[in-house]
Amino acid sequence: MRPVVDWLEHRTGIESAIKSFLYEDIPASAGWHQIIGSMAVFFFIIQVFTGSLLAFNYAPTPGEAYNSVKYIMTDLTGGPLIRGLHHWGASMMLIIVVLHMIQVFIYGAYKKPREATWMVGVTLLLITLGFGLTGYLLPWDNRAYWGTVVTTQIASQAPIAGPYLLRLLGSQGSVGNVTFSRFYALHTVLLPPLTMILIGIHIYLVRKHGVAAAVGDTAPKRKFFPEQVFKDTVGVAVAFIILFIMAIVAKVPLERLADPTDTAYIPRPEWYFLFLFQTLKFFRGPLETVGSVVLPGVAVLTLFLIPFIDRGPMMRLGKRTFAISLVVLAAIAWTGLTTAAVVTTPKNQESAEDTETPATETPEAAAPAPASSNATAAAPSTAATPTPNPQSLTPAAPSATPGPAWQRLTAEELAGLGLFKKQGCTGCHPVGGKNGIGPNLTKMPKEHRNVAWMVPHFKNPSQVVPGSMMPPVDLSAADLNALALFVLTITPQNEAALLATPDFATQGALVYQMNHCNACHQIGGVGSTLGPALDGVGLRHDRAWLEKHFADPASVSKDSIMPPYKFSPMDLDAICKYLLQLPKRA
Amino acid sequence: MDQHNQESHAAVEVSPTRRAFYIGFINGVMGLIGLALAAPAAIYLLFPPKLRKEAEWVETADLSTIPAGTPTEIAFERKRVDGWKVTTEKATAWVVRKPDNDVVAFTPQCTHLGCAYHWDDASHTFVCPCHTSVFSMDGKVISGPAPRPLDRYLTKVEAGKLEIGPVIAHA
Repeated sequence: MRPVVDWLEHRTGIESAIKSFLYEDIPASAGWHQIIGSMAVFFFIIQVFTGSLLAFNYAPTPGEAYNSVKYIMTDLTGGPLIRGLHHWGASMMLIIVVLHMIQVFIYGAYKKPREATWMVGVTLLLITLGFGLTGYLLPWDNRAYWGTVVTTQIASQAPIAGPYLLRLLGSQGSVGNVTFSRFYALHTVLLPPLTMILIGIHIYLVRKHGVAAAVGDTAPKRKFFPEQVFKDTVGVAVAFIILFIMAIVAKVPLERLADPTDTAYIPRPEWYFLFLFQTLKFFRGPLETVGSVVLPGVAVLTLFLIPFIDRGPMMRLGKRTFAISLVVLAAIAWTGLTTAAVVTTPKNQESAEDTETPATETPEAAAPAPASSNATAAAPSTAATPTPNPQSLTPAAPSATPGPAWQRLTAEELAGLGLFKKQGCTGCHPVGGKNGIGPNLTKMPKEHRNVAWMVPHFKNPSQVVPGSMMPPVDLSAADLNALALFVLTITPQNEAALLATPDFATQGALVYQMNHCNACHQIGGVGSTLGPALDGVGLRHDRAWLEKHFADPASVSKDSIMPPYKFSPMDLDAICKYLLQLPKRA
Repeated sequence: MDQHNQESHAAVEVSPTRRAFYIGFINGVMGLIGLALAAPAAIYLLFPPKLRKEAEWVETADLSTIPAGTPTEIAFERKRVDGWKVTTEKATAWVVRKPDNDVVAFTPQCTHLGCAYHWDDASHTFVCPCHTSVFSMDGKVISGPAPRPLDRYLTKVEAGKLEIGPVIAHA
């Protein structure tokens, strides 16, 4: 090993460089209060590391970002941990950077000749906030989208610069592809190297001027290594353990896909911006820019200029009462504003969705029994939902007791449900309050709750909802109509029960629709009265009768004018089961 | 602590035992943190993603359209899980129908380095244009650098239609 090190040292001088870095003289009064800077650097390294790992599996476009984050969270082993480290690491890094600044501030370590060190530090704080702001958008969920809408709107209020800022952020008109790309580029291309350069300058300046000693510290200097490095390491270890536990225990939110049409969503920024968010509430009308731009601007400028405002000599900590009271006041104000923002936040429907509690099951949804009968085997099982066992093929239960949810649908709606399952709609619009790629269909805005909006949307989703990733639904006009009618029947109460509808019912309804049975028959009051209504037909006839009737109606029903129907065995099975299970109309 | 004062450095040195403890602690903790980051990273990068869907059977051509005894290239669409997406992509297979109606479907890549080979009617062999691997009609390597016979798809025939399933790599 030694020869290798010697060779390297001779060619590069690396060993002596490291040594001169580690054996820096530090004042005897240096100690635990100065470990926070090292911790900040450590957290930056964690962010770079975990961020790079995330980037390996992340697709930086609005069309795919959400899906790739979901992929990281559900398909990749260790994915949630890596994202957890990055997510909580961001918050912790900000806390640590702020603590570092507070420490320097109350010790007055920014004073001459360390003004530049301080100003670079303030820039680093702003960049850390910039990381938080730009990273917030990248999962492209509702939270990200709406948070960024508000942020960019605030930027647009800046006097004079507003419209240009908006153009720079690519948010003219709306937050979309351009904003997304710019935030991504800032977050991953521009800010990281900028941070590295500034950290380098910051450390260089610390080394140039030396670590600030306490007033009256004339004791012999000590070495940075190993004692101070040991203290730094203790701080790093404690913070890392906290981060690791957070990453495992605390769930990183991933709400549903960004939905610009979601009028019910209540946008909130990340917790550390909540105080600014709350401040905005105090300023109305023309004064709004005071809260959104002027005050924060003045605050940042003051922060920058602190070394020039407070130019007195270094003082003992005990005498820095003004500085300490300022910090305490700021902390109280921050806590007050943040608490107020949290308290006044109405509970988002989203957060309820996020808890992944199963939807309250209606009694009829609790029917599924272990699939054992071979009756189900005959029905095509296309849906992923467990197929409840059709209890029996005996006539339906009397209508006095509420039957399964599907019995309350018209044949057309039920056929729509069949199409809904067959088209794999549940892949993006899952039920039971779970988050999917597509919007929750029970929470559609009112203006979309009609067939006239829905059918064109099915045919060409992205034309009706710009940016929609939904593929066009390739079905006949009648089928699209049925699908729309079904979607309109979904409510949070019945969705689970509806999706648990056995295949024979949906398949039977599809056969019923396809053969236009409603041209002569009625179910649930819908259809023509040319033939007999089919409600409760199972009480009047059995399966054998029905089959004979389809094959040759006149053979079992003398005066029937119904033409014979020849179904495939599968279709025959489905329509017979469906009809036999129809309840009698009250 | 102070007996080191007279050393060449003006600075105060810690005692050797303390120094050893500090250095041991620093190395140990940094090592553990490195491990706590490297292990999840390795798992994250190296473990295969949890599969969401098994490969499906795809109905392709009518068996009667495939001439017996002449390898025929057929194209079909299959779904493939590609990262966070399920993509529908065009796939091809070289299908050989034997006179007894037994069907073999080869994957269209040479087992050497994945080039697309083709059927050469004149020599009655599959020929790879890249490194001149030559395979017989039953997929065996006749010459060239190919390390193993051609890979096959699982096949089945239902109602006269050829269905193609997942790939079975040749052992």
